[in-house]
Amino acid sequence: MSTHTISVNLENKPGALARVSQMFSRRGYNIQSLAVGPTEQAGISRLTLRVDCSEHSLEQIEKQIHKLVNVLRVVELRPDDSVERELALITVAVQQDKRGELLALTQATGARVADIGRDAITFEVVGRPDELEAFEELVRPFGVRDLARTGRIGLRRPSAGGRRPTPTARL
Amino acid sequence: MTKTTKMLGSDAILRCLEHEGVDVMFGIPGGAILPTYDAIARGTTVRHVLARHEQGAGHMAEGYARASGKVGVAMATSGPGATNLVTAIADAWMDSTPLVCITGQVRSDLIGTDAFQEVDITGITMPIVKHSWLVQDVRELPAVMKAAFHVARTGRQGPVLVDVAKDAQEAEIDFRYPDDVDLPGWKPPTKVHRPQIAEAARAILAAERPVIYAGGGVLNGDACDELRTLVEAADLPAVVTLMGKGCLPDSHPLNYGAPGMHGSKYANWALNKSDLVIAVGTRFDDRVTGKLSAFAPGARVIHFDIDAAEVGKIRHAEIPVVGPLKLALAELTKALREGGKPGHDAWLRQVEEWRRLFPYRYGKSGTMLKPQAAIEAARDLAASRTEDVLWTTGVGQHQMWAMQYVVCDKPRSFITSGGLGTMGYGIPAAIGAKAARPDATVVCIDGDGCFQMTGQELATAALERLPIVVVLINNGWLGMVRQWQEMFYAERFSETHLTHQVPDYAQLAEAYGCAGFTVRDEEELESALEAAFDAGRTAVVDVHCDPEEKCFPMVPAGAASVDVLEAPDEEGAIA
Repeated sequence: MSTHTISVNLENKPGALARVSQMFSRRGYNIQSLAVGPTEQAGISRLTLRVDCSEHSLEQIEKQIHKLVNVLRVVELRPDDSVERELALITVAVQQDKRGELLALTQATGARVADIGRDAITFEVVGRPDELEAFEELVRPFGVRDLARTGRIGLRRPSAGGRRPTPTARL
Repeated sequence: MTKTTKMLGSDAILRCLEHEGVDVMFGIPGGAILPTYDAIARGTTVRHVLARHEQGAGHMAEGYARASGKVGVAMATSGPGATNLVTAIADAWMDSTPLVCITGQVRSDLIGTDAFQEVDITGITMPIVKHSWLVQDVRELPAVMKAAFHVARTGRQGPVLVDVAKDAQEAEIDFRYPDDVDLPGWKPPTKVHRPQIAEAARAILAAERPVIYAGGGVLNGDACDELRTLVEAADLPAVVTLMGKGCLPDSHPLNYGAPGMHGSKYANWALNKSDLVIAVGTRFDDRVTGKLSAFAPGARVIHFDIDAAEVGKIRHAEIPVVGPLKLALAELTKALREGGKPGHDAWLRQVEEWRRLFPYRYGKSGTMLKPQAAIEAARDLAASRTEDVLWTTGVGQHQMWAMQYVVCDKPRSFITSGGLGTMGYGIPAAIGAKAARPDATVVCIDGDGCFQMTGQELATAALERLPIVVVLINNGWLGMVRQWQEMFYAERFSETHLTHQVPDYAQLAEAYGCAGFTVRDEEELESALEAAFDAGRTAVVDVHCDPEEKCFPMVPAGAASVDVLEAPDEEGAIA
């Protein structure tokens, strides 16, 4: 078992997202995260999924998703040749006397302050998933009150060789 | 710009069916599909067969599709009408039967409000359809219908669902049936990869113990002639699954029949002891493989399939070949002919020896009629007829005996529920098959448990003048469950005794306007079957059979399929 990132281009049609996500539960695979949004082409959405499975299962998932009528393309994004980013919003509990300390600590991380309240600050962090996790660890001693993550999105690196990614479900 | 015609959505649905060449559909009206039934009353060339339960309509559409090779069409209303179709849709999904199901949906302004007879049928059926559409805007209807038929019949065939809101049926449209489909994500394979064919041919020529393992995909892929040519060109022994029965003539000398849980020992041994399994349009179902880790342990696998997702799903394929079987098998034969003569004569002699040693057999002792004898009598009668005979079955012991003893030499002559194992499939499927093939005699080998699940469709058969012959293997039990209880649950026959007391099936048949016969011994059997075949109307032959007869050979669930249990030896066991 290992975690894989799958990128799916699909027509933005009613039920299209449900058909993809249903495929995972139907075949007994658990989705760790799922992010969906528009692409450069009107009417086409990109779905980025993180899923825990074996290589054999991954091949099955890709082939099964590929069969869905609304799905245009399925590729695995391998860590070495793709760019992956995620956004987190983290509300950290902090009393006024500790505020300076927290802001100083987080300044070097590149996190932005999205909102400051009387006893809490909401940070906005964009980065690789491991950077988000590092930030969460950093502020945890203060007390994390709320956390929301978008789930990762990814694209293949243009620098990762000349070939376009081959859809794995090409058969 | 092609001319458009103003019409209602409901009429447009029928015009779409006519454009697709549909000649029969099966259904039941109700509130949300009323406008379309009103359009049927206004006129259409499509014959509507009125079923008595939507499940029946669904199985009729399946039987029609399987017998004809065309797309079956079923129609139902929203809510319970739609949910009653679900079993048939799941059945079609498992057996890759092309089906277009059209359901009425509540008005679009009521969708999502838990309105009367509202269910989310596209949601409910999502895991068991190739695709589905909810039509709320009448302008989408023609394109959706075009796409529905296209998706159902291309690639690996299967069911689709079109759910049409009542107001979309009532709205007016400038109708024009599109010439093309607009489905950028639907690209089933149309070609095969040549180098893979060459590799397959090399593997076959090099093999010492090759075997073809052919399934229902050969029928669906219209590749029966190509399979036969291949088998004969390279002298390849073939085993044929339940779903594939008929894709290679049963009486062909190289056809070794069905492998699997109730297949013959020789077919299972041919498959398991081979060094090269050539799988064609089949999916390594657990009922065929038995314990997977022990299945054909010494074999490499060539897997031909139209569906890439089936290749490597259960068993790794050393040589995958994805594409249309008709094309792939023809190419393979060509490659084999160029490559010289295969040398596996010793293997052919071995498999033939196994067939001689381990034929299907059953004991004749006891006073009650053996179910196998009833099926053999029906088979022999069918063989003496000049017209084609098509067979359907329910699910259970009688189905397995039908698989073992019925001889099908033509494609699409054996119609059964394989993947889902739907009891009650036989009678409605026979009615659908009869609608597709009015020239043929359609015989349903049924069980008494199955009969009582869909027997009300005898009314449909009688009133729609779609006569079928039902040979009821009546042992008074849910026989296959009883067999498992006897063998694996220490003879605790929990809730499986249906009895021979009620109903009186012959009387029930008469009540439905059909001919009814009761058979209690071998002497009555032949004349009753003959009378039923010649009745000119639907006939039910209720054959009271030995309830203790078990279905053998058997590979117990979870056992290696090479470890076949044979019928116990007894005095008078006959081949």
